[in-house]
Amino acid sequence: MALEIYLDLFSQPCRSVYIFAKKNNISFDFMKVSLLEGEQYGEEFGKINMIRKAPAIRDGDFCLAESIAIMKYLAEKYQTSDHWYPADLQKRARVNEYLSWQHMGIRMHGSKMFWLRLLIPKIMGVEVPKDKMDGALEDLEGSLKLIEEKFIGDKPFIAGDQISLADLVAIVEIMQPVGSGLDVFEGRPKLSAWRDRVQAEIGKELFDEAHRGILASQEMVKNMDSSKMQVFKPKILRFFL
Amino acid sequence: MPLELYLDLHSQPCRSVFIFAKKTNIPFDFKFVDLATGQQYGEDFGKISVVRKVPVMRDGDFILTESVAILKYLAEKFGTSDSDHWYPADLQKRARVNEYLSWQHAAMRAHGSKVFWFRAIVPIITGSDVPKEKMDSAMEDLTLSLKVFEEKFLDDRPFIIGEKISLADLVAIVEIMQPVGTGLDLFENRPILGAWRDRVKMELGEALFDEAHKTIMDVASLPQTFENNGMLEFLKPKIQKMFN
Repeated sequence: MALEIYLDLFSQPCRSVYIFAKKNNISFDFMKVSLLEGEQYGEEFGKINMIRKAPAIRDGDFCLAESIAIMKYLAEKYQTSDHWYPADLQKRARVNEYLSWQHMGIRMHGSKMFWLRLLIPKIMGVEVPKDKMDGALEDLEGSLKLIEEKFIGDKPFIAGDQISLADLVAIVEIMQPVGSGLDVFEGRPKLSAWRDRVQAEIGKELFDEAHRGILASQEMVKNMDSSKMQVFKPKILRFFL
Repeated sequence: MPLELYLDLHSQPCRSVFIFAKKTNIPFDFKFVDLATGQQYGEDFGKISVVRKVPVMRDGDFILTESVAILKYLAEKFGTSDSDHWYPADLQKRARVNEYLSWQHAAMRAHGSKVFWFRAIVPIITGSDVPKEKMDSAMEDLTLSLKVFEEKFLDDRPFIIGEKISLADLVAIVEIMQPVGTGLDLFENRPILGAWRDRVKMELGEALFDEAHKTIMDVASLPQTFENNGMLEFLKPKIQKMFN
């Protein structure tokens, strides 16, 4: 049985796993889970991951959630090039440092921006209050500043001279608010130069393929049937409003 | 130069690093960073880490932040074949540890921290209790995280990866203890969680566990410290953000 990877490319951690597997020629069955249609709450997917999030993998009878755990598992199992998750103690620590920080450091802020700008207005039928939007933007800007100054610094990539899981996880998260129409690269030459290097390493074709969906979000969300998305209302009220 | 660990045991990730280093006999200098007085925002600490959070590790001229990264670094650098269980070499076991360590940031840690802040800190800063609906919501999130922990991460196993304790259990217990420090007995009516806590405590050693948690079990003294150090005004905007 082939490796199954359960994905929806609207999700940042799904994109990093997808790009990693493709880039490293790891063969897998792409199992689509349509998040905005609530497929993660179905019975079948519940057997794969009871936390009901994507990505998830099924490798034989071994099921695993969490993109970072998945990529480290794949890196080890398929013996991918060392630079993705270096064996060197200090380089590996730098990758782990970023992967740990980013959960609350950038992922939360970038995701929030996507919800506030696109999904909430569509589902709730109202614009988000200005003070909430401003607060979220401030958080995102603080995160981007820290990424530029501490994590990238004067280096080409986060761990040094070569791309690693850290850069891959960083870029997919930063692209999320971009998908909502916010050009976070404008006015940030250092971040843009790093983005160009990351894109070149991944390969423009693969990068664009992975991001096609999210970059078409504004149009897609406009055309969505908001009545199908009402299941998200309680989550929205609780987390964002 | 011995390893330096910059710590304040009010902080959950500081406790996991402290316990791990002590338990596995890694010699280190305990460099106290007094969070209640805002020492992390001072000039000296800024030279250690611009992120201004604890824990931080300094090993010679190598400085590292983020407890999960520090724990893995220490496990790798000082590990022996006997201590493999902390971060197993076995592919699937290691994946399970990584899975928990990843999930917990935005789940157990976030929810436990929030309940801690709402019960112990926000009332001091704002002078009144957190509105009921916000407190209920925070408690609901924590309850759900604990449910997922019991059902998915423990699921009838003695420890998260199976028979032996690992970094995952260590990181889990220090986060769960945070709201417990405010007088909330999360183990009451949760026999599975309570039994796991007992096993973890036994593995770590009761003396070490209690030593690490002495500070957080004494949070009642925080109000006076905040007042003495001008932290009330400083924390007000941060509190406001939490409610946004």
